[in-house]
Amino acid sequence: MNSKTLLYILKRILLAILTIWIVITITFFVMHAIPGGPFLSEKAITPSAQAALEAKYGLDKPLAQQYFTYLKDVLRFDFGPSLKMRGQMVTDIIIDGLKTSAVLGLVGAVLAGVFGIVLGSVAALRRNKLVDKIIMVVTTAFVSMPSFIMGSLLLVLFTVTWMILPANGTTWQGLILPIITLSLYPMAYITRLTRSSMLDVLGQDYIRTAKAKGVSPVKIIFGHALKNSLIPVITYFGPMLAYIVTGSLVVEKIFAVPGIGRAFINSITNRDYPMVMGTTIVLAVLIVVMNLVSDILYKVVDPRINLE
Amino acid sequence: MKKKFTMHVNVDSFLPATDEEKSYIVQMRPSSTFFKDGIKRLWKNKVAVVSFFIILFIVISSIVIPFFWPYSYNDMLGMTQGKSMDSSYENLKPFQYGTTEQAKIDAGEKVFPHIFGTDSAGRDYFIRVVYGTRISLAVGFFASIIVLIIGMTIGSIAGYFGGVVDLIIMRIVDIIYSLPDMLLVILLASVMKQTLAPALEGTALARIGSNIISLFIVFALLYWVSMSRLIRGQILSLREQEYVLASRAAGAKGRWVITKHLLPNCISVVIISTALQIPNAIFTESYLSFLGLGVNAPMPSLGSLASDALNGLSSYPYRMIIPAVVISLIVLSLNLFGDGLRDAFDPKLRT
Repeated sequence: MNSKTLLYILKRILLAILTIWIVITITFFVMHAIPGGPFLSEKAITPSAQAALEAKYGLDKPLAQQYFTYLKDVLRFDFGPSLKMRGQMVTDIIIDGLKTSAVLGLVGAVLAGVFGIVLGSVAALRRNKLVDKIIMVVTTAFVSMPSFIMGSLLLVLFTVTWMILPANGTTWQGLILPIITLSLYPMAYITRLTRSSMLDVLGQDYIRTAKAKGVSPVKIIFGHALKNSLIPVITYFGPMLAYIVTGSLVVEKIFAVPGIGRAFINSITNRDYPMVMGTTIVLAVLIVVMNLVSDILYKVVDPRINLE
Repeated sequence: MKKKFTMHVNVDSFLPATDEEKSYIVQMRPSSTFFKDGIKRLWKNKVAVVSFFIILFIVISSIVIPFFWPYSYNDMLGMTQGKSMDSSYENLKPFQYGTTEQAKIDAGEKVFPHIFGTDSAGRDYFIRVVYGTRISLAVGFFASIIVLIIGMTIGSIAGYFGGVVDLIIMRIVDIIYSLPDMLLVILLASVMKQTLAPALEGTALARIGSNIISLFIVFALLYWVSMSRLIRGQILSLREQEYVLASRAAGAKGRWVITKHLLPNCISVVIISTALQIPNAIFTESYLSFLGLGVNAPMPSLGSLASDALNGLSSYPYRMIIPAVVISLIVLSLNLFGDGLRDAFDPKLRT
């Protein structure tokens, strides 16, 4: 790793920190633009009670001071109490939801990665054969279908028509469909990505050299071609996580999975503002960090790439 | 024999051409413009042509059908003045009729069928799907236009002036690019619903609904970045051309050079990326509507129809499938048509 790479990594980290700070700032000021402020429910209350509430949440202080207090709280991962779920801290609700959502997202991502790479390689090796054509048609369909439609169709098929899986996502059987729904789009995308980069790599000179040396086809694919053709796939890790996070909002709504996505949507409809702020920030940090990691990995794996 | 080095001019060479000679230089083939060439290439692309006609069909029918359809998207058919709600109109299956309609049919009158049945409030579902399609298409189209205008303005300024201006604009673009867009869209949409609704009260914009306005604002704030990057790149390469230098030497100012020389030359890139932006916007709108942050009820959009259908999914799966098919069809054919446009008008862009 040379100094140029290090400089790039440093720059990316700074940009990521800046991005996170901007998200926190936007969240804070957007929430304070709401008439009545974020911490007050719409119920009519007496002026004295309102003053007491404002004093309790520090809303009587100037906005700048509130902002710095909030920034400090966020750094300590403290988002205050939830407005609608009495007696619960936002942080606890988020951690609780993340446990389920992380299983959903991670299993979905791994499935998408494994199946995508395998199917993509198969399609590239059987180029223009029937298998390749079937894979390409199916993945095109998956890529152009919004996740909520995919989820709803799967729900209709598996729980209503065939009745083999439960529609409710509270048990582990119930998580099968949400995971499939989440992973189909990234899987289709990775398949197409792997296919095109594999075809690219298979046309390189060193593959021909390997063939000429008499290396077996299996060894060529796994020893020579696969590693290099996976480089573009790495860049997709960040966007894939962003897709899975936003996709999980819908998927958790459809299948009633008790995850962070459903908590987020519920908090929006309930106007539970501390919860909305907390979840937005946590999910945003997750996405920004994942993008950072995948960008840096990309640069480290292949130093030839000039990102500037 | 002719003398080689004579100063005498051969007068025969300077006779006026006869009609026969003139006809040699008449071009048999009419000259082709860039636009005609592109259309020709596009026409050869069967997938793009089919997609184009699908889009055309959907657009025209979503505009025309509401004019003659006997039902309207917010008419609850079971409700008649001065009578209690007739619940026989709720949740009709396709081609079924309510009690009063059935009586009319028995009496020999003709009643327009409910092709897709009715929804849980007794509204004709077919016209709701048509209206939803109209709204989704309109939102996608206008959002793309907003993105186009902002992206084009900022991108061309950054590309033309370069230097510090470019640096500042591109750093802002970098930051907006790395923001998690969907989360901010949800956040802004949910908050603007509260702040915009009272402000819009009574104005013409209130009919569009605060959610759609906030969607447009979000698009205007966040989605112009990729368009402006694209335009900037184009302008950067174009501004080094000689004709720009000539124009500047003749005293043209920045605005003139940008609008008269630079933008017309990257118009094909602009059109193509706008065409590819529309399905993106439609997708975002339906996603937000599905989460309950889209159009205001009773106005339908394809996303909100799908969302509403989720409640009665086990009994009425077709209510989910119909808007689902329409969205997928629109997004898929717009994407394929956009790809076709790109291949036909700008083969360089092909990845």
